[in-house]
Parts: sequence; structure tokens; C-alpha cells
Amino acid sequence: MTTDTTHAATSAEHAENHGMSNAGYIRIALILAAITALEVSTVYIDFGPFFLPALLIMMAVKFVMVVSYFMHLKFDNKIFSLMFYAGLILAVGVYAAFLATFKFFIQ
Amino acid sequence: MAIIERETEVVVPVTVTPTSTYGVLKRPVSATGWRAWVFTVDHKKLGLMYGATAMFFFIVGGVEALLIRLQLAAPNGKVLNADLYNQMFTMHATTMVFLFVMPMAAGLANYFIPLQIGARDVAFPRINALGFWLLLFAGIFINLSWFLGGAADGGWFMYAPNSGPVFSPTNGIDFWAFGLQIAGIASLTGAINLIVTVLNMRAPGMTLMKMPIFTWMMTVVQFLLLFAVPVITVALFLLSFQRNFGARFFDVAAGADPLLWQHLFWIFGHPEVYILVLPAFGIVSEVLPVFSRKPLFGYPFVVFSGAAIGFVGWGVWAHHMFASGLGPVSVAVFSLTTMAIAVPTGVKIINWTLTMWGGKLYFSTAMKFSIGLIVLFTVGGLSGVTHSVAPSDTQQTDTYYIVAHFHYVLFGGAVLGFFSGFYYWWPKMFGKMLNERLGGWNFWLMVIGMNMTFGPMHILGLQGQPRRMYQWTEARAGEGFFNLAFWNMIASIGSFVLAVGILLFLINVVITARNPTRAPLDPWNSRSLEWLTSNPPKEHNFDVIPTVHHLDEFFHRKYEEDPESHTMRQIATAEEIMAEQERNADKHIHMPSPSYWPIVVAFSVLVITFGMIFSYLIAAIGGVTLLFASFGWALEPSTAPESDFESNSSTPGTALDSVGNS
Amino acid sequence: MTDTAVHGHDSSTGISNIKLGMWTFLGSECLLFGGLISTYMLYRGRVTGGPRPAQIFDIPFTSVSSFVLLMSSLTMVLAVSAAHKNEHRKTNLWLTVTALLGATFVGGQVYEFTAFYNEGLGFSTSLFGSSFYTLTGFHGVHVTVGIIMLMSLVGIFKRSAVPGKKAEVVEMIGLYWHFVDIVWIIIFTLVYLIPV
Ligand code: HEM
Ligand SMILES: [Cu+2]
Repeated sequence: MTTDTTHAATSAEHAENHGMSNAGYIRIALILAAITALEVSTVYIDFGPFFLPALLIMMAVKFVMVVSYFMHLKFDNKIFSLMFYAGLILAVGVYAAFLATFKFFIQ
Repeated sequence: MAIIERETEVVVPVTVTPTSTYGVLKRPVSATGWRAWVFTVDHKKLGLMYGATAMFFFIVGGVEALLIRLQLAAPNGKVLNADLYNQMFTMHATTMVFLFVMPMAAGLANYFIPLQIGARDVAFPRINALGFWLLLFAGIFINLSWFLGGAADGGWFMYAPNSGPVFSPTNGIDFWAFGLQIAGIASLTGAINLIVTVLNMRAPGMTLMKMPIFTWMMTVVQFLLLFAVPVITVALFLLSFQRNFGARFFDVAAGADPLLWQHLFWIFGHPEVYILVLPAFGIVSEVLPVFSRKPLFGYPFVVFSGAAIGFVGWGVWAHHMFASGLGPVSVAVFSLTTMAIAVPTGVKIINWTLTMWGGKLYFSTAMKFSIGLIVLFTVGGLSGVTHSVAPSDTQQTDTYYIVAHFHYVLFGGAVLGFFSGFYYWWPKMFGKMLNERLGGWNFWLMVIGMNMTFGPMHILGLQGQPRRMYQWTEARAGEGFFNLAFWNMIASIGSFVLAVGILLFLINVVITARNPTRAPLDPWNSRSLEWLTSNPPKEHNFDVIPTVHHLDEFFHRKYEEDPESHTMRQIATAEEIMAEQERNADKHIHMPSPSYWPIVVAFSVLVITFGMIFSYLIAAIGGVTLLFASFGWALEPSTAPESDFESNSSTPGTALDSVGNS
Repeated sequence: MTDTAVHGHDSSTGISNIKLGMWTFLGSECLLFGGLISTYMLYRGRVTGGPRPAQIFDIPFTSVSSFVLLMSSLTMVLAVSAAHKNEHRKTNLWLTVTALLGATFVGGQVYEFTAFYNEGLGFSTSLFGSSFYTLTGFHGVHVTVGIIMLMSLVGIFKRSAVPGKKAEVVEMIGLYWHFVDIVWIIIFTLVYLIPV
């Protein structure tokens, strides 16, 4: 995917802590915009059984892209990722279990 | 501010000219009198202030408990009416949990974590001060409700829909919810601060696995707080929105699930019980090795079982809800996870026991309290395991048996641990030793009192006495050995024995303060880094930031292993080590400077919450001051710049030391 | 919050305190928004007479405002990048644009709330109403706080009175801003796009 090229371009430009060039950021933003357009299209086009998984995957991809590139987590010290993803994974796990006790997923 | 004067040799007497003004107020410059405390950002002063606040609320909560026991001592108690009784047990628990145990742990963490990791302060000294003031204001705020129409009366877990305005029309629960919200901000900022401190500000050479065990357990606690506080924040917001703005969250008529509250509360609540007890585990793990003259047995196991508790503690919350109709699958799952969590807890008990095994035990008061903890906490842990079995718990839930369980773990665990810490660390904090003889009385009265008070509650509970019942009647007390009348009386007498025990501690504090004798530098022959400082530590803690080579670094500076006999032999005394430190003292140490902003910000938050209850105009005023104070805060550098110091010496300070920002 | 007297050289990990603190805070915020989102998910179908989500949501409108917020993340990251290069004018420009985009989003939210209210969805109308307004309102407050911080930063930079390292301050506010954006990415999908 495009991520490889952007990454290569960036490490050449400012290797230290910025991670990416402005052009790289704009490329990421374009991808994000495209995914958003696709997301919105699901309201109008029938995706059948893929509807829910597709939406969730697109959501996750956008999320991870913003975190990794705009928030630099991909290029930064691993300890930041640890802090953030610990909270995120805990939140997803605990609240999913919480909703499961209400039989939320088997309605 | 930032005036470092060494007792031995005056290197650079730094004075301060308040030339630069940031924001609107001038920096506080006085380092004496009350201003030295109110505007301080020093982690040790803040630690003591946390401790004093916590102790005050311990007494408040204790008086509330005595009133409860007076009411229940005999049938048809008349001390409190039903309404006041409800407020009393709610506020007792709230005070003890949120205003005594948590602040006391925060105080000890504040005081000792930087010392134990060889740092000069925490990462964010001003945020540290903010946390303290928020906590103090939260405590005052919650307790003001007593005088403004009545305190909260829904029990500390404040179940919905009972907490709605229909069932509790006074402002009590609003005070409670907003007050805990403020205390929550304090805990959260404290957690972030200490996590960063521990990760980022350790002395050179101190790897995570060389960190003193108290610091480790406290770090686990901070992670629990970090992730548990936001959950109760959500719950409290839902409750406040329901009570104040007509939201429907727990309104069954609108189709709500009141279990939503229970889940959110206990997702926070179970991690919370470990937030309450792990600090004590940390203290005991420091005290036992010192007084057994042996290293802690299985340090990595103690560390990892602590972390495991922190982890598994997230997956057991619904064991508080076994009787609420969760459904068989949930009950079975949570029953199993709850049984599992007893394992890491048991690991710790084994480690402590084996630490003492074969050691040269010295029964100081601190040691007695630690041993007391091992025994009494185990009793509470065992009753915990009996409730993890869901069918058995349906008999026990909401009876005095539960009350017995959590008092054995909380009093037998958290409180005894704190007292152990007081006796152990008093010379470090105040430079004087608490009286050991009085300490013995203190210990035995507390232990006897606590067993008399909470032991009988097992029986009362299994006989069916419900908790939160404001009177019991002769007619239903039953007969024979297990009659309720006898055991209620014993419990009430016990509570006063307990109170006398605690009173002896306070007397001991006063006697010690009056006693001019100074404590020796290393009275217990201790092991960890906080003892590498004077008693009490200087403002900048360490003259030289130590380089760490060992777990139990201080011990290894005093002793080394004889290559032939493989016994430890002394190579230096604490006095020699300290003298060496002072000779090599760092020349220029700039400590973070005092600030007005923490208390101003905290006060604005208090005004806002007041306004939320009484008038939105007041809240708006609070909001404006908050904004204003935030600007002041943001524009003020945490350490006054060089130009703010007028140094008598020609060399300007260069070595900025490991003191943080914000 | 904006202090940056960082002593990177003597921190054990070599990273700055304030950045570590910020990420720790964001980890904690995951549990805050997680709780609000879960509450909404539990209650979204419970309408007791009031309008159902599908009856009032205006997907094209919300899509546009979501897009605006998403793009504000781009301008934010450009501001950070300019700040690292010491390009002060550019930094200020991008910070201002970010704040404006954020304000557009909040404006859209105000409009949306008003429209929903006029269509019969009050805060007390139903569980759906209470939990919808609470979740999106919390998010809106976060955005508003972000806007205030951005505007203050621009003002402070103009008087160049910021203590510590400028670029790091911008970066910290950037982290906060992106976090608010990713929360909206989730809300947009779970609340608006997935029907009850
Ligand atoms: C061996 C580990 C433990 C187990 C298996 C355990 C199990 C339980 C269970 C199942 C309950 C719910 C009983 C009911 O309401 O029916 C409970 C209540 C409680 N536990 Fe524990 N527990 C353990 C350790 C602790 C510790 C370490 C603390 C605190 C320091 C603690 C504090 C509490 C409190 C405060 C309650 C009552 C909450 C309330 O209803 O007000 N427990 N415990
Ligand atoms: Cu529990």
C-alpha cells in the first residue's frame, strides 16, 4: 500500500522525530477522506452481509492511521504506544464484556 | 523558594528577586510560615499535607463508625433515626475509602516514591500540588452536605434507582457525586504524575527490577487509578445528569436498566479495592525484610503477582452483582475469575511468610503491624473466596458477612499496613522515633478491637442480619450462642477498644513531637534508597543523585559479602555514607518554584461545583476564574528562570537537576 | 500543561515528561469515552415515544461536519510540522485554520442539536436522547476545550511569551486534538452509520 512509500520518503527527509513530510501527511489525509466517502456510501449502497464488518474495519483503519501517522505513534518511542494501547485495549475488552452481560451482541 | 542551604557547608546561598511576573500574580517568594505550605510544590510537604488531611478524615469517619455501632449495640437503637443512619453509613464508607485510605496512600506515594527512586521531586510538581488541593476541597465539599440539607444516603455504592431524586430528594447525593468527581480529578492527575515520575525519573542504574517494592506496588496502584477513575467519572456524570438535568439513564419507566449503574460502579469498584490495599502490601514488603534481616523472598514474584492482581482485577467486577439476575453464564464466568484472583494474592502471603522464615526477627511496632496484616488480611481473603462461590454468595450478599469480609481486608489490610508504615517511616519523615512501648499498646488494642468488632460480624451475617438495617429487634435476635444481641454488643464494645487503640497512636504522635530526642540516621538498618537522605530529607532530597547497582541499594552500600564465609559484613555506617554524600554534594540545584496557581485552580473547581448545586451564576464565575488561572499556570515556568535568581556567587547555576515541569 | 522545561538528558527513558504524561492521559481517556459510547450503544434503541435515531439523523450533514473535523487533523499536523521547523508564521496560520475548522464542527453540532430538539428529541425525551446528547456533548466539550487551547496558543505566540519549547507545546495540543478526532471517527460509525 501507500504506507510503504510514504514511510520511505519520510525517513529520508527528517529522520529524527517528525517521521513524515507534509506531502506524506496530505497523502494520509486523502486516504482518510476516501475511506470516509466509502463509509458514507454504505448508507446508500447495499453492502449486504458485508455492511457491518466493512464499516467496523474502515473505522479501525482510520483510527489507526490517525494514531500512527498524525500522532506519530508509529515513529515514536514504544512506551507511548504501550500507554495508549493499554488503555484502548482495556477499554474495548472491559466494555465489550459489559455489553455482553446485557446480551448486547446476541440481540 | 528554591533556596538550598546545606547544613554542613554553605555553598551558594541563592536568593530570589521577584522581578519577573508571569501572568497576573507575582510568584510567591516567601519560604516561611504558612505560605511555605500553601504555595509549595515540594513532594514531601505535599505528602505530609495529604497525610494530615487523610488522618483528619480518618477521625471523622471513625466517629461516624462509632455512632453506627452505638446505634446497633442494643435492640431498637435510638441514637440515630433511620434517615440519619442511612447518611451515617454512606458517609462513613465514602470518607474512609475516598478521603482516608486513598489520600493516605497518595501521601505516602508522594513522599516516598521520589526518595525511593533517587529523584529530587516528581515529574510535575505543580500538578502534584493541584491534586492535593482538589482532594482537600473535595473532602470539605462532600462533608459540607451535613450542614446544607443532609448528606448522601444511598450507601457508598449508591445504587440506582435508589439514588434518584425521588428516593433521595436532598442535595446530599449531588454533593457526593460532584465531590467524588473532584477527588477523581485529583487521583487521575496524581496517577499520571507518578507514572511519569517512576518511568522517567529513576536514578541512573535503577532498572525497573531494581526498584523498591513499595514503589512497584504504588505504580500498579497508579495504573489502576489511571484506568478506573474515568469509569466512575462516567457513572457519576450519568447520575448527576439524571438528578440535575432530567436525563433518564436509570429511569425504569423509560426502559432503563438500573444495572448499568452497578456495572459501571463495580468496573471501577473492584480495581478500587486493590487501589486501597496494594499500598499496604507495598509497605509490608518493605518492613518485613528490614526486621527479618533478610532480603524480600522472591522479589520478582511479589512484583509480578502485584501486576497480575492489577490485571485480573479488571475481570471480576460482577462478583458484586451475583444476586442481581445477571444470568447463569455471567455468574459462572465471574465466579471463576474471582477464584483466580485469590491466587496472586496468596502468592504474596507466601512470599511474606518465607521472608520471615529463618530470619532474625525483630518485633518492632512496625513489624508487629506487618505481621498483623498478614494474619488478618488472610482471614479476609478467605471469606472473599467464600463469596466467589456464587451459590454460597447468594446467602451472604448484603449481610453482615460481607461487612466482615471487607473490614478484614480493609482494616486488617490497608489500615494495619499504613500503621506499619507510620512506625517505620516516622523517623524519616519527622526525624524522631515514635514511642515503641506506646506503639505496642497501640498495636494490641487495635488488633483486639478489630477482631472483636469485625469477627462477630461473620456470625451476625450468617445468622441473616442484613447490612444497612438501622435497628434490630429483640424478637428476631434468636437464642443460644449465635443470638444477634450478644454478638452485636461484642462488636460495639470492640469498636470502642479499637478507637482507644487509635487514640493511643494520636497520643504517641503528640508525645513524640514534644520529645527532643532526634532519631538516629538509620534506626532500623534499612535497605532502600530513601534512607540515603537525612532525617527528614533536605528540600532537594539527595546531595548527589545516587547511581544504583543493586536492588536494596542502601543495604549494599553498608554491607558486602565476605568471599570466604559468604556472610554479609559491614563496610560502612549510614553516617559515613551520608558524610560522603555531603562532601560530593552537587553545587547548583534548582528546585521547582512555589506557585499560587494550584490552589487557585483547585478553588475555582470547587466554586464551579458549588455553583452546579446552588446557582449557575456562581458556576460561571468559577469557570471564569478557572480559565484565568489556567492562563496564569500555563504562562508560568515551573522552575523560575535563571534571571529570577540573584546569585551571590559569580558562577550562575548551570546544572539543572532532575526536577520536572508543570 | 504547557510547561516544557524538559530535562530529556536525565530522564530514565530519554523521552520528555510531558509527552509521556500526555499519552498516559489519552490512555485514560479511552476508558472515559468507552463508557459513554457503551452507554449509548446499550440505550440507542430505547425511545419510548420520542423519535428514533433513523428518523432524525441527517447523514449528509453529519458526514460533512465529520469530514471537516477529519481535515482539521491534517491542518493540526501541518502546524506541528511547521513548529518543528521554527516557521512561526506558518505555525500560527495552521493553528488558526485548525481552530476555525474545529469551530465549524462545533457550530454544526449546535445546529444539529437544535434541529433534533425541534424534531422532538429533548435531553429527557428518552434514553436514546439522554445518552446521545451526553456522548456527543462530551465530545463537543472536548473539541471546544481544544479550540480554546489553540486560540490561546496563537495569542501567546503573538506575544511570544511561551515558556519552554514552543514546538513541544504545539505537539502536545496536537495530540489532544487528534485524539478528539479519533473519538469522532468511532462515534461517526457507531452512532450515525450503523442503524439500530
Ligand atoms: C482474595 C481476594 C478477594 C476475593 C476473592 C474477594 C471477593 C469478594 C466478593 C465476591 C465480594 C462480593 C460479595 C457480595 O457483595 O455478595 C466482595 C466484596 C467486597 N470486597 Fe472482596 N474479595 C477479595 C479481596 C478484597 C480486597 C483485597 C478488598 C479491599 C481491600 C476487598 C474489598 C471488598 C469490599 C469493600 C467489598 C464490599 C463492597 C460492598 O458491597 O460494599 N476484597 N469481595
Ligand atoms: Cu470485588
